[in-house]
Amino acid sequence: MHELSLCDAILGTTTKYADGRPVSQVTVRIGHLRQVVPDALRFGWELLTEPTDLKGCELVIEQIPATVECRECRAVTTLDLPILSCGTCGSFEVTLLTGEEFLIVALELAEVEA
Amino acid sequence: MGRVHLHADGTEHHHDHDHPASPEHDLAAGRDIGDHSGYAATGAVRVEILENLLSENDRVADANRDAFARAGVRTVNLMSSPGAGKTTLLKRTLRRLGSSVRIGVLEGDIATTLDADELEGVGATAIAVVNTSAGFGGECHLDAVMVRSGISRLPLHDLDLLVIENVGNLVCPAEFRVGEQAKAMVYAVTEGEEKPLKYPVMFRAVDVVVVNKIDLLPYLDFDLDTFLSNLRSVNPAARVIQASARTGEGVDEWCAWLSGSG
Repeated sequence: MHELSLCDAILGTTTKYADGRPVSQVTVRIGHLRQVVPDALRFGWELLTEPTDLKGCELVIEQIPATVECRECRAVTTLDLPILSCGTCGSFEVTLLTGEEFLIVALELAEVEA
Repeated sequence: MGRVHLHADGTEHHHDHDHPASPEHDLAAGRDIGDHSGYAATGAVRVEILENLLSENDRVADANRDAFARAGVRTVNLMSSPGAGKTTLLKRTLRRLGSSVRIGVLEGDIATTLDADELEGVGATAIAVVNTSAGFGGECHLDAVMVRSGISRLPLHDLDLLVIENVGNLVCPAEFRVGEQAKAMVYAVTEGEEKPLKYPVMFRAVDVVVVNKIDLLPYLDFDLDTFLSNLRSVNPAARVIQASARTGEGVDEWCAWLSGSG
């Protein structure tokens, strides 16, 4: 949730790193456990960039699934739901490997005509 | 070359910049018609950032945490759904501990000072209120910036313990670090057994769950074992304290945890 204020944060960081240069694309990496809805994020991005120099800049969302490693049977499970248990033996003694990522990865500056 | 996208099923694919030949491309100086793969050919520059999306909040949360450490204040973020009993439990806590522990309270609410008013005169060393109605019309959680503003009005050096009573909400507060040492949840037995499964991120975030209103158990069909099993499935490590803020049962155990001594 809070996709709009997340977009505000993305906008701020993008503007800072772009340093006046035109941006064609911003990539974010978000794990499934961060409670972010991609459609809402894209919608918020369009809303916030509309009146700015970043209008038309594409927001690319890398969604990272939640995976856990079982401390008992060593199996790695990809989670469909945020229930942290081993898909092989059912144990709750698991270590979270991925799924909490929450980054602005990079931006791509627009091509500049020579 | 090109961009790599990771998909939820773990596969990745590459985007190449293929375009059909067109008059516009023919006119573009120095470009191969129909093939824009590779950054060198397109002139696009990638600027790597790799910053946390909430880096501003986290920066302020770290500063808050350092301020608490310098002042020697144990800080606890108290969360729950609306009506679970945070304020009533806090009132009991202040009465029980207030004479031996210097307790500050930071009250977070979207509107009103009702909770702070409720806590007046029962043993707090200081109370500050943060109404979150600034920004997008009233934030549903406290963030680090709001807490920083609140603690500027508290005499941190005169406190041993600070309780931040968050906005009643089982979703959002879990996502915002504010600089606290520990997180606690008040959960009422009237809320049923399945909430840990419905709000796993919140239940995963807390160190202790106070199962409150146990004085009402004779009038409810609440199955404590089912609730505990559901809680374990999302947070095996959470401490559970059964209590009634109304009768006082379990409050000693809660106070011991809260003050860091049990």
